[in-house]
Amino acid sequence: MLNFIIRRIAVAIPTLIILLIASFWLMQTAPGGPFTSERPLPAQVLANIEAKYGLDQPVYKQLWDYVVGILTQFDFGPSYKYKDRSVNDIIAQGFPVTLTYGVISFLVAIIVGGALGISAAIRQNSWLDYFAVGVTIGAQVLPNFVMAPILILVFTLWLGWLPGGGWNGGQWQHIIMPVIALSTSYMASIARLMRSSMLEVLRSNFIRTARAKGLPERTIIWRHALKPSLLPVVSYLGPAFVGMVTGSFIIDAIFGTGGIGYFYVNAAFNRDYAVMMGLTILLGSMTILFNMVVDILYAWIDPKIRL
Amino acid sequence: MALLSIRDLNVNFQSMDGTVEAVKSISLDIEPGKCLGVVGESGSGKSQTFMAAMGLLAPNARTSGSVMLEGQEILGRSQNELNQIRGRDMSMIFQDPLTALTPHMKIGIQMEEMLNLHSNIRGAEAKKLCLDWMNRVHIPEARARLGQYPHELSGGMRQRVMIAMAMLNQPKLLIADEPTTALDVTVQAEILDLMHTLKTEENTAIALITHDMGVVARMCDDVQVMRHGQFVEGGTTDQIFSNPQEAYTQELLSAMPRIDGDDVRPDISPDAGTVLDVTDVEVTFDVKKPGGLIPRTLPLRAVRGVSFDLAEGETLGIVGESGCGKSTLARAVLQLIDPTQGSVAWLGRDLVGLSKSSLKPHRKDLQIVFQDPLASLDPRMTISASIEEPLKEFQPGLTRTQRLEVVADMMERVGLSANMINRYPHELSGGQNQRVGIARAMINKPRLIICDEAVSALDVSIQAQILTLLKDLQAEFGMSMLFISHDLSVVRSISNRIMVLYLGRVVEMASRDQIFDDPKHPYTMSLISAVPVPDPKVEASRQRIRLPGELPSPMDPGAMWRFLPSRKPEEGSVEMPGMTQVAPGHVVQEHDSIEDIHRLTPQA
Amino acid sequence: MTDKLAQPFQQPKTADAAERMVENVQGRSLWADARRRFIGNKAAMVSVVLLTLIVLFSIFGQSISEYDIETIDWDILGNVANAGQPSLSNGHFFGFDENGRDLYNRVVQGSRISLAVGVIGALVAVVVGTIYGATAGYLGGRVDSIMMRLVDIFMSIPYMFVLILLLVVAGRSITMIFVGIGLTAWLDMSRIVRGQTLSLKNREFVEAAVATGVPTWRIILRHIVPNLLGVVVVYATLLVPQMILTESFISFLGLGVQEPFTSWGALLSEGTKTMNYGMLWQLAFPLFFFVVTIFCFFFIGDGLRDALDPKDR
Repeated sequence: MLNFIIRRIAVAIPTLIILLIASFWLMQTAPGGPFTSERPLPAQVLANIEAKYGLDQPVYKQLWDYVVGILTQFDFGPSYKYKDRSVNDIIAQGFPVTLTYGVISFLVAIIVGGALGISAAIRQNSWLDYFAVGVTIGAQVLPNFVMAPILILVFTLWLGWLPGGGWNGGQWQHIIMPVIALSTSYMASIARLMRSSMLEVLRSNFIRTARAKGLPERTIIWRHALKPSLLPVVSYLGPAFVGMVTGSFIIDAIFGTGGIGYFYVNAAFNRDYAVMMGLTILLGSMTILFNMVVDILYAWIDPKIRL
Repeated sequence: MALLSIRDLNVNFQSMDGTVEAVKSISLDIEPGKCLGVVGESGSGKSQTFMAAMGLLAPNARTSGSVMLEGQEILGRSQNELNQIRGRDMSMIFQDPLTALTPHMKIGIQMEEMLNLHSNIRGAEAKKLCLDWMNRVHIPEARARLGQYPHELSGGMRQRVMIAMAMLNQPKLLIADEPTTALDVTVQAEILDLMHTLKTEENTAIALITHDMGVVARMCDDVQVMRHGQFVEGGTTDQIFSNPQEAYTQELLSAMPRIDGDDVRPDISPDAGTVLDVTDVEVTFDVKKPGGLIPRTLPLRAVRGVSFDLAEGETLGIVGESGCGKSTLARAVLQLIDPTQGSVAWLGRDLVGLSKSSLKPHRKDLQIVFQDPLASLDPRMTISASIEEPLKEFQPGLTRTQRLEVVADMMERVGLSANMINRYPHELSGGQNQRVGIARAMINKPRLIICDEAVSALDVSIQAQILTLLKDLQAEFGMSMLFISHDLSVVRSISNRIMVLYLGRVVEMASRDQIFDDPKHPYTMSLISAVPVPDPKVEASRQRIRLPGELPSPMDPGAMWRFLPSRKPEEGSVEMPGMTQVAPGHVVQEHDSIEDIHRLTPQA
Repeated sequence: MTDKLAQPFQQPKTADAAERMVENVQGRSLWADARRRFIGNKAAMVSVVLLTLIVLFSIFGQSISEYDIETIDWDILGNVANAGQPSLSNGHFFGFDENGRDLYNRVVQGSRISLAVGVIGALVAVVVGTIYGATAGYLGGRVDSIMMRLVDIFMSIPYMFVLILLLVVAGRSITMIFVGIGLTAWLDMSRIVRGQTLSLKNREFVEAAVATGVPTWRIILRHIVPNLLGVVVVYATLLVPQMILTESFISFLGLGVQEPFTSWGALLSEGTKTMNYGMLWQLAFPLFFFVVTIFCFFFIGDGLRDALDPKDR
């Protein structure tokens, strides 16, 4: 198991490096520097600014300094647009928000989706099963950017139960709709995966053996069937994580929650490359790290992988 | 009073295409301490009968009739009530031991579960009982095995775990559904011995579901024959074998080739020219070595130095257990896999290392028939398109009509109606598809056909028809054959000469009668003695020759010296036992006597 | 296959080949089976009809309207909520958008772009993914493991960031969206195709063809490709809605197509912003086309999967 973890880390490192180089290279090839705005600056001023941000250095030196800054001081450098704020400030402001509703959404998707999928599989062809199948089909066409306006329409404009946006320090009323909007389609996918893999496992030979042993149905499902049927769900967690991270852009845009996605999209409009790159690398490394955890989880469930 | 008594059992399956009657009015009785054999081919309903008794049928099944265990009706009981009986009063083991155990749970835990549940025995006492049974089913290093996962054990070992687990609560009835079908013949013999011991020592009744009359003859006290879900014939084993009443039973008995049969296969005339000369062929694969920080590959020597020749019109049988390299050898002969070393001379010309284009003219003469009839045909092509493909390659001058003419003729020759020309493989039975495979191989009148387990996936009666077809085709077209199989009886019925492979090496090669009447190598002897003969009288008098230990892994460097422990070299030596000629045409690998092997092999 | 049909073939040498052909029993090919199953699938067939209508709408919709996508009706501007509602009488079937432009024409045009992005993006992904996956699968060995390791690495990079970065850096244009979306979506495809190719390559019918001396390229064309086709078709159908979703996502954020052109995502985004002011039709019309289309593609994809890859075969 330890070997597996070490080898998995060995794969994650080149991925990170590729991500880093790719985004850095994209920045470098961007047409015009970040300071070629509508009003052309005097050459001297431009040179001063570039010197301040280290842009007059050779590219590899810039890259090196950048990486060293992140690794040693967790410093993603200054924003190009806002003179008084560093990328770190932006992370400090937006990240807790995104993390809060992101983690809740992720847990809701897994727990509700998993429970729905399992109960649908156990009671195949019951009303619960049909309900679950209906929900999963419906949720496929309700991505977060469709879900969110509908929620606001119903719960804010028509019923007036919940505030239509803002964060307000993370009050629960402000969290409900972002969580529903963000988690629904992933919850549905998890339910669908869980149901079909549980059904398949319940048809397998070792479950027949367990039945022949006289084990009660409860034991069969929880002890024998659950772990193997989790495998497809676990491998879906990586894509779901990525989807939720990007989905948070929409949440921030629609609900005005002020999470990290808000700053990212703004940076994209303002061509604030430093912020974009900093956030890309931060969220990218989190994704890569998460994928690693998922793979290790997978190996923990399936003893055959653990070699 | 019978232990298990089934009366008028019917099993129906409701499906989208209507009702399927799987079992029709079956009645049978099993006495304590007796073994009842339930025999039939695929689709006979023999498994479903006992799945019904266990309450393990699929949800769309409907049953009627009566199943009494010790005078208590158990058909139609709720799952909860059945759970009190299953695993305690009656246990079941299944055909495929590789998938029958829960993959993520350790063996020991899966076994203890049985005790916790039915006998309320826990902790150290449960562990001790499990260990006890692991030893009783002869699992080496039993204590360590309890802490292992199923995938770390071989198939034979897993089947023993299944038996140990089934026996933990000393059930009165053990139902064994084709328990040895997926296993090698020597492993099969050991599992059957084990079940026999349980029957006599524990007085456990056994229901043995099988298609193999040989297994029945070895194991059973009574027999019941089934076909298409219906009862055909029942009685004591002696009655059924010595005086079968029904035509179907007679057919089953006569269809199965016997290793002690009196059929003859004439030797090939010594004047027949040699067509194929294989010299010292080696095939090495790279396999991933598990564990370690950096994954490494190790060479797996699947075939290590095999030499033989084949005369015009001759059939050479190649036998060996799984992992002996017989299929790899076949593919190396056909150049589907490049041999790492050695030469394959076809009509005097070495094929090894030839380019694709210079190999192609030879491909016309070299054909292969595979094990799985359905997988060997392209599912998106009509069967005639499949048969036609070699024609297109080698006789491009033919018009489409001419080609179809040839295809239709060949189809009739292999026993397929020519109006099936536009059919697809999925519309045909296994036997018919295998005929298509043979037609495709024969269409260019090749001079060598390799049959790789060509009849192993077929029912006994179909198997007999295909064997007859192959013999007839050989008599008509005079091609040579390499006939590869794990089944010694089948190989015996078709071969002129036989070669025995063990871990990629030839251990013995001789004419068919020499091999079966006068085997020299201990491995050959143990193989032959392991094969069940469909005759209870013969079975009763046969002596089993046992070898110490398990079939070692091909990766184990010492494995080659299992039969020559007296001269086992130091670790790391590449030396291998040599070959000696004991009679004209009869070569044997050097070996110790069986007594010496037993004496010199360290006991695990 | 009745006995009467079988009779003439008892004397094969005298029967004429052409005559034999006439009496053959027609087999059911897997494709014919699939077609029968697909036509039997009601949800999928309804989806095909609906989708056809939406495609026709997006292609020919503009011809029944007298307006275009960019002309601003200055009389309406500023008073859209009251005066800009849908109306059949004045020819503004879907009403006006917030800037006083005809919404009907904008929906038609947005549908065209979204569908085009979906189909072309899926096409790029299918072509690249199939070629890549089939190559890796057929060649196998070291090439395969390097190619797939690369896919693994790409897959664990969050593609949406790369896509947005790409759009910002290279400038926003429809071509860039096509390329960007297509290039990030081929990874899944390549994995699936590789897995299929690998298992097909080891199937015995391919081995039989090799043993017959059929050249490699003909094996690929005659045996591998037709057997891959089913999976590719199913996956491509399911990829189209994914591409539409991705494009909509980006356009919703305002990073996609640029004015005056629009797409479903951009229309949804505008509709969301104005729904507070009672201009619900601005959300409802694009939402309707969006949801129906995605539904249709999913049902067709599911139907194709059931038809082409039945478990009980």
